Amino acid sequence: MAPKSNALPVLQSDPARPSPGVGRRRFLADALRLSGGALVLLAGGSAAEALAAVQAPHPEAYRWDEHLYAYLIDTTKCIGCGSCVRACAAENQVPDGFYRTWIERYVVGMEQTHVESPNGGKDGFGPIQVGFTATKSFFVPKMCNHCRATPCVQVCPVGASYRTKDGVVMVDGERCIGCAYCVQACPFGSRFISPVTHTAEKCTWCYHRVTKGLRPACVEVCPTGARQFGDLKREDDPVRRAIAQDRVEVLQGHLLTEPQCYYLHLDKEVR
Amino acid sequence: MPEISGFSFPNDVHVWWSLMIVMYPYITGFVAGAFIVTSLYHLFGRTEFKPVARLAMATSFAFLLVASLPLQLHLGHPERGVQVMVTPHFTSAMAGFGILYSGYLAILVLEVWFVWRPEIILRARRSRGLRRAFYAALALGTYDTGPQALEVDHRAITLLAGLGLPGACMLHGYVGFIFGAIKANPWWSTPLMPVIFLVSAAVSGIALLVVLYQVVSRLQGRSPDQPCVSALARWLWFFLILTLTLELLEIIVMAYERSESWLIISELLTTRLQFSYVTMQMIVGGLIPLILLAVVVLMNRYLHERVRNTLSTVAALLCLLQVFSMRWNIVVGGQLMSKSLRGLRSPYEPELFGREGVLMAIALVAAPFVILWVFDRVLGIEEREPEAGSGSGAPEERRPAAAAGGGVHAA
Ligand code: SF4
Ligand code: SF4
Repeated sequence: MAPKSNALPVLQSDPARPSPGVGRRRFLADALRLSGGALVLLAGGSAAEALAAVQAPHPEAYRWDEHLYAYLIDTTKCIGCGSCVRACAAENQVPDGFYRTWIERYVVGMEQTHVESPNGGKDGFGPIQVGFTATKSFFVPKMCNHCRATPCVQVCPVGASYRTKDGVVMVDGERCIGCAYCVQACPFGSRFISPVTHTAEKCTWCYHRVTKGLRPACVEVCPTGARQFGDLKREDDPVRRAIAQDRVEVLQGHLLTEPQCYYLHLDKEVR
Repeated sequence: MPEISGFSFPNDVHVWWSLMIVMYPYITGFVAGAFIVTSLYHLFGRTEFKPVARLAMATSFAFLLVASLPLQLHLGHPERGVQVMVTPHFTSAMAGFGILYSGYLAILVLEVWFVWRPEIILRARRSRGLRRAFYAALALGTYDTGPQALEVDHRAITLLAGLGLPGACMLHGYVGFIFGAIKANPWWSTPLMPVIFLVSAAVSGIALLVVLYQVVSRLQGRSPDQPCVSALARWLWFFLILTLTLELLEIIVMAYERSESWLIISELLTTRLQFSYVTMQMIVGGLIPLILLAVVVLMNRYLHERVRNTLSTVAALLCLLQVFSMRWNIVVGGQLMSKSLRGLRSPYEPELFGREGVLMAIALVAAPFVILWVFDRVLGIEEREPEAGSGSGAPEERRPAAAAGGGVHAA
């Protein structure tokens, strides 16, 4: 069950390795952090939290202030194979019938639209007959948008949902009370209460992978490159360039949640 | 697996907020509503409510004690529930609950204590042994029931009622806010929501007192004080009109605006919620009691006591149904509709057993009545000393004849 860990930046630091700047300054800083940790403890936080407060900004650790992630989906490229949904389920032990990512198929005519997502697109899509003259059809991959102004984090009564400095929205499974308020507050249907853990779960952009320099599992397996993951803090990043220069769209923009999943060639029928 | 018509987001087919979240506003509604009645007497000088003022306060108190249980029962991790109080996240509407709840509880406990203080002291004086120790402890060591002390009590009660009324209104208005402030769900997201919740809380609270008052009077072999019955009916009518107007306004605005969600919401109301919305909330629980109460209020002077009692009790029972349906339609209805605004899921049927089941809901509603009974045992809900024995039920009533005299007729 390793993947869900939010404490990864902590795990990455290697306490055995001596750091270059050891000295009185460092000692003082550590002491300060330690007292900060003690304060957290006194204020009712868990021991793990206090520990994180002490250890997090280790110089060798993954630095979350050096990244800012974004996701780009080109809907013209998706072929609805469902590899991403399967990869996600395997990577994150997603319970059956629940989806951290899913694929929607749109069959659009001048008068009518048919939308479907059987089993979240996990098994791909078979041929389809609709009762009207279709003029276009396409697939739309969906997932948590890692919104910047996120309603799910806002409503969490215990602060179990949070947004990391590198722009990923996460749930602390140890703190979540399973009230489902965030599930109600997400306009995109990205969250669910896991029947296994009884806490809220959702896409983490495979945070356990990206903090090691890997790409999210869905991006890794996508055969057409419909899904791309990027870092807005890197000048030469293709995703950054696309967002900066192409016409990109976000889902339900009128709700002003500032999604960080951007779409190329989104159709008006997609919500 | 629920059946879907149209298209729902694949995670959007579950009803996460189940029967318990329906019970939660229903129960807090009684807390606020009953408190409004006591305030009408204690704060606004409506002396016609004197016969139910204590009953109302005890009711508010009894329901408040169980108000947080449904929330607790619904959590995926009930053992962590206390975190909402200990480490609240202040941008969350839900985190406010702990603070409002405890604040209001403190006010109500104090007020109950002041109102029942003479009774506590009397019982302490009369009993001996363990009982005496118990009442002495409740009296907190002050046995002063002189006129001056009573005057102080009176002022404290008024002050606490003055704090309690906004407290009760906020406690419940805030429950509406939990829903009204969710922009993801167009069936919930309206600034009217807290107001609707508040006025319908008044409806449920007053309706409950109408029924309770009749029952309690019967149990005591008295006939209910008629000025009080008609006053309750009048206020119930008023709040019912307000509630129905607001509930309809919400829909009408949406329909007239042709907001993007109206298509799916109108389908929701006319298919999945047809019974619970159109039939129960609007007709059986809305229109019919509206007419019954109109009869009670407008033809008050021509009505026989029996007719008045019956009509207002029936109307009140229907109002209780109305408010329950309204909670159901909001909480559950909002989840039958996918946020894709393209699909509806099949109606939700709560389980019978289990933490969030029907039996638990019934137990939750029954619990406050048990608490009321215990309350009556320990403190006595009715004021009995000077009045009850003398036969002049309520000396300061405008029409005292109805109070004690009527009891003979009925019996
Ligand atoms: S898509 Fe939903 S779960 Fe993801 S950040 Fe936005 S509101 Fe939160
Ligand atoms: S389900 Fe968990 S993460 Fe979501 S709002 Fe409740 S406590 Fe927060």
